[in-house]
Amino acid sequence: MSHVVAISGGLSDPSSTRMLADRLVESIGRQSGDVTVETVSLRELAHDITDAMLTGFAPPRLQAVIDHVVAADALVVVVPIFKASYPGLFKSFIDVLDADALTGKPVLLAASGGTARHSLAIDHTLRPLFAYLQALVVPTGVFASSYDWGTEGSGALGARVDRAAGELVSLLKGAGTGRGRDEEFDLFSETFLKASDPDA
Amino acid sequence: MTSMQFGLFTVGDVTPDPTNGTTPTEHERIKNTITIAKKAEEIGLDVFATGEHHNPPFVPSSPTTTLAYIAAQTEKLILSTSTTLITTNDPVKIAEDYATLQHLSDGRMDLMLGRGNTAPVYPWFGYDGAKAVELTVEHYHLLRRLWDEDVVTWEGKFRTPLQGFTATPRPLDGVAPFVWHANIRTPEVAELAAYYGDGFFANNIFWPKEHYIRLINFYRQRYAHYGHGTEEQAIVGLGGQFYIRKNSQDAVREFRPYFDNAPVYGHGPSLESFSTQTPLTVGSPQHFVEKTLAFADYFGDYQRQLFLVDHAGLPLKLVLEQLDELGEVLPTLRAEFDARRPATVPDAPTHAARVAAKVAAASTPAEPVGVDA
Repeated sequence: MSHVVAISGGLSDPSSTRMLADRLVESIGRQSGDVTVETVSLRELAHDITDAMLTGFAPPRLQAVIDHVVAADALVVVVPIFKASYPGLFKSFIDVLDADALTGKPVLLAASGGTARHSLAIDHTLRPLFAYLQALVVPTGVFASSYDWGTEGSGALGARVDRAAGELVSLLKGAGTGRGRDEEFDLFSETFLKASDPDA
Repeated sequence: MTSMQFGLFTVGDVTPDPTNGTTPTEHERIKNTITIAKKAEEIGLDVFATGEHHNPPFVPSSPTTTLAYIAAQTEKLILSTSTTLITTNDPVKIAEDYATLQHLSDGRMDLMLGRGNTAPVYPWFGYDGAKAVELTVEHYHLLRRLWDEDVVTWEGKFRTPLQGFTATPRPLDGVAPFVWHANIRTPEVAELAAYYGDGFFANNIFWPKEHYIRLINFYRQRYAHYGHGTEEQAIVGLGGQFYIRKNSQDAVREFRPYFDNAPVYGHGPSLESFSTQTPLTVGSPQHFVEKTLAFADYFGDYQRQLFLVDHAGLPLKLVLEQLDELGEVLPTLRAEFDARRPATVPDAPTHAARVAAKVAAASTPAEPVGVDA
């Protein structure tokens, strides 16, 4: 049984970002009977995230969410596009994670926006961020604008949701990347060897 | 000297008092530091440690000057640092400055090494902040040799080579000052402390205990690995911070404006949530004693407990009142810590004990006495 955590970076309630996350979660469940999914809304953690930015450690509720995110077999990340990029709150959440928290983790990226003019924001902003984090991002990004929620666009959105979810499910069935966090100190790093032996 | 040492450590920041907007001058802050150190001895504390910084809003750029001045006006207090910058100071100057302090104070001193710098500080001293860990390792290996060997020939990456160099004065009684390594995130520093059998200090004021437990346990394991003793015999020091009043509501009410505007954690979490998650204690003396004693449950029995009191813009008057409060509970703290410490855990290091150990080691035959008479 795999466990997927969906992170919704929407700030309003109800939010179209959350609706998109729910669609993706539903599709993942439909395509794999072997997956449990939980959804996290960053809006509820806004104060905790700010505190963690200022102190360097997370309050208990945020830490619990971080622990779930780090332990998840895969992530679904859904953000609204503000001013050509993801919201600052979402970036702050990423910033309070350890540098290697998402190493090797399969991730599905999705975004919502007012118009289709924002649709490449997934590839221009989210993908580089997750490349830096060394996550394994599925090929299909899912962008949904107002058009996609209407009658004309909804069929195409459903197809993209299923394709992206299918890619994530397929990754979960395999062995993943085989990479993850390294909790051990590297006793054989250059600086470590110098600390252990002045003549080295 | 008692088996565990208690004391103060100061960062030496000049911070406005948020309740009235007044800011001490540098002169006032430096003089206040002396007053606080003398008060530390008066209330029965064992240690006073000053920070080292070379940028505003901090005043202590010259620790050995300040500590020698305090040594001249005290009888028992051990003078130390929090921290001495092993990264940007020349190891030769550290060796000589602190050996001089050791002679002047008749051995009532030790020092705590740290990186302790933000990136812009390094270039002022000709270094690159990205090399902080490498600087720490190379500088400390050299500092050890300058104290432990009379004549040193050395070549490294960061400093001019030394040919047949003798650092003067030589350490008092031939025993170098005891060294603590302050560390909050770098395992290489814990490794360095363990390699030499030095002390390891976790400031223990910014973050939840779990963060420090991991590093201290690692230091203890490596200390044992290098054969200095068992894991429980490694020499550990911890920081802490408090604001106490007989009536805990008074403590919270008085400290809250300082907490809310403090340079490190101000404008973030509430006083209540920060106190729950970190060692900060704001409340009654009894609460303070209980929370401080619990440190030994988390980190193992340890040798030195330092408190940060003069920070966040607290005026001298309140700092001295807090030291009076600390003085009242100090006998209880000592008794409770002593009661729980197993006999196998070593006492806190002092110059006298280290000289005695050296003499004992020298009079012990290298091999068992033969029986082939």
